[in-house]
Amino acid sequence: MCHARWTTSALVAFAAVAAIPAAAQQPATVKLGIVSFLTGPAASPFGIPGRNGAEIVLEALNAGKAPAPFDKVGFGGAKVEAKYVDEAGSAANVVTEFRNLVQRDQVDAVVGYISSGNCLAVTPVAEELKALTVFYDCGTPRIFEEKARSYVFRVSPHATMDSVGAARYLVAKKKSITSFSGINQNYAWGQDSWRDFVGAMKVLAPNAVAEKVLFPKLFAGEFGAEISTLLTSKSQALHTSFWDGDLESFIFQEQARGLDKRMTIIMTTAETAMWRLRDKMPDGTIIGARGANGPLARDTPINKWFHQIYTDRYNIPPTYPAYQMAQSLLGLKLAYEKAAAGGKPNADAIAAAFKGIEFTGPAGHVKMALGDGHQGITETAYGTYKFNKQTKQPEIVDIIRFPAECVNPPPGIDADKWIAEGMKGAKC
Amino acid sequence: MSRFEVDGSDVLTAFAILTDGLVYAAYLFIVAIGLTLIFGVMKILNVTHGSFYAFGAYGAATAVGIYANADWPAALGFLFMLAFGMAVGLVMGVILERGLLRLVYGRDEVVVVLVTYATFLILEDVIVLIWGPGSYPAYQPLVSAGNTEIGDLVLSNYDIILVALAAGLAGAAYWALKFTRYGRLLTTVIFDRETAAAFGINVTLVYTVTFIIGAMLGALGGAVMAPKISVTLGIGVEVIVLAFAVVAIGGMGSIEGALIGALIVGICRAAAVHLVPQVELFVIYGVMALVLVVRPYGLFVRAQPRKI
Repeated sequence: MCHARWTTSALVAFAAVAAIPAAAQQPATVKLGIVSFLTGPAASPFGIPGRNGAEIVLEALNAGKAPAPFDKVGFGGAKVEAKYVDEAGSAANVVTEFRNLVQRDQVDAVVGYISSGNCLAVTPVAEELKALTVFYDCGTPRIFEEKARSYVFRVSPHATMDSVGAARYLVAKKKSITSFSGINQNYAWGQDSWRDFVGAMKVLAPNAVAEKVLFPKLFAGEFGAEISTLLTSKSQALHTSFWDGDLESFIFQEQARGLDKRMTIIMTTAETAMWRLRDKMPDGTIIGARGANGPLARDTPINKWFHQIYTDRYNIPPTYPAYQMAQSLLGLKLAYEKAAAGGKPNADAIAAAFKGIEFTGPAGHVKMALGDGHQGITETAYGTYKFNKQTKQPEIVDIIRFPAECVNPPPGIDADKWIAEGMKGAKC
Repeated sequence: MSRFEVDGSDVLTAFAILTDGLVYAAYLFIVAIGLTLIFGVMKILNVTHGSFYAFGAYGAATAVGIYANADWPAALGFLFMLAFGMAVGLVMGVILERGLLRLVYGRDEVVVVLVTYATFLILEDVIVLIWGPGSYPAYQPLVSAGNTEIGDLVLSNYDIILVALAAGLAGAAYWALKFTRYGRLLTTVIFDRETAAAFGINVTLVYTVTFIIGAMLGALGGAVMAPKISVTLGIGVEVIVLAFAVVAIGGMGSIEGALIGALIVGICRAAAVHLVPQVELFVIYGVMALVLVVRPYGLFVRAQPRKI
């Protein structure tokens, strides 16, 4: 009988404790799936900064410490819980993990994806599952050009902006350029970056010739023959969209042979490497940050805030993947709060609120202007690298900013077609 | 097209193709020699070779970090880096051979390949556990070597050292196989394991030592390349594929084959990059396919007696 009484009182106690949350009326939590490369070659330059950007921003949001208009706690008062998933693996794996997040973990939204291949694979699944998804880094313009989307959004501008911005900066700095070359990785990212760059150069500097067009294998790592080819060419500039290991290997190998003294090198993603390479990044390199991110960001209070919290925690300044993640989360937050006027909003309501939204984040002003309100555009900036030998700090000088409508296609036309037809309608 | 005058730039391009080909061949040879040795002796297709390379590179990067901070002279630091990398290879070779491979000798070849492949995948993650997901620059030896200008072409002295190292390695391997007792034992085992065992050769010991030497050579490949590349996750993967192609061309188990295979691939690839860059990716495998059509076992494999 003692046993039965103990069990009954335990049950009563348990029921009483379980009833408390309902009685206290806790606001619901918002669950997010955050997907980026946590292992593999893309982890160090992109995946980890993206993940860290999410972690630090969500912490600040949950504590209500973000500056206005982001000062509400979490999303609309509800704390945000994040589940971090590794993007590594085949596209099939990635899609499986996406389904797990949406169906098993029942997240309210998925924010992530670096590889354009993965973005393209996840998009139809997101639409099928009616799962709100925000791509934060992948660059392919195709996502919203192929088909209208309802649940997929991308706050960060796509890769066309990077190539057009690079061409505009190069032509601004070297008006009489006659010959340039390119070395890009032989896969979608490298091929598309080069195609857009060459297309833009044809429009902006019709007399300049693309001399050596090199496409080494992704992760080739050894570029001796390519560097020799470039040394024996007559080009005045070199375009590369190399990233991580390939970028750093290329920089070490070309510096040992003085290539950067022969020609100006434009590295469209080099901002992710500059804090690691420091004095090993050649002075005079034209640096891109896929937008007005990192050292190319404007010195606004919100940028100062983001830069501070990130650097304090991770001991290294935030690079563009961290900025892209921050912008994506802040955009999602605003959409959520706009839709949450009457209680916790569902995916349809958030999507309707997200469409066409405009806001200003650490990387500047975003307008969801393309892809029927699903694809964001921002201004971009390019600058020239200089390692300050006195302060021993990397610096970017000679920054030129290009307004959003100058380097992004207008709505209703595919990016590559826009470039091929002379970038009509560009507002510079 | 008749040209009786050779353009100066043509000469330079030809010279560049030759030097680039030699440098790339040196890289391939150093990486492939360990693989071909292990396959020749143990008949094991060792996918873990990529891990040896990666561990050698990470070990070298760590070593460079140590000596760069301690401010050692460049030559000493370089030798320390190589020694450190090879030591990592030695440790790994011992652990893997004694701990894992020993258990699968004599099994079906497919099983052994699966085991080495699984080990490779596990070791990729072990790298993350030990060194984290970041990348490690080890450029000090590359930079301190300086460069040499030949007309418009600038050669990195480190590349020249690489070629010299590969040539030295080829010479040492040849001498060891032909003129040392152990080398002749190895050659016998490569020829025919069973007959060698019948003659009283301790084949198990030969296997162990060969695997360890192969591991050290793979790690040496990684160590010597570390200053040129950014030591980061995934460098082992790329290298295995190239090493396999070279070994397939040269013949599994043949050191001369690895050397000639590396030279052919290196020069063809350099020519492609300079002259027809569009086919650069394809050239290595194109050459491999061509060779295998004519000589299915590679260039330097001895005729196999038919066994009943």
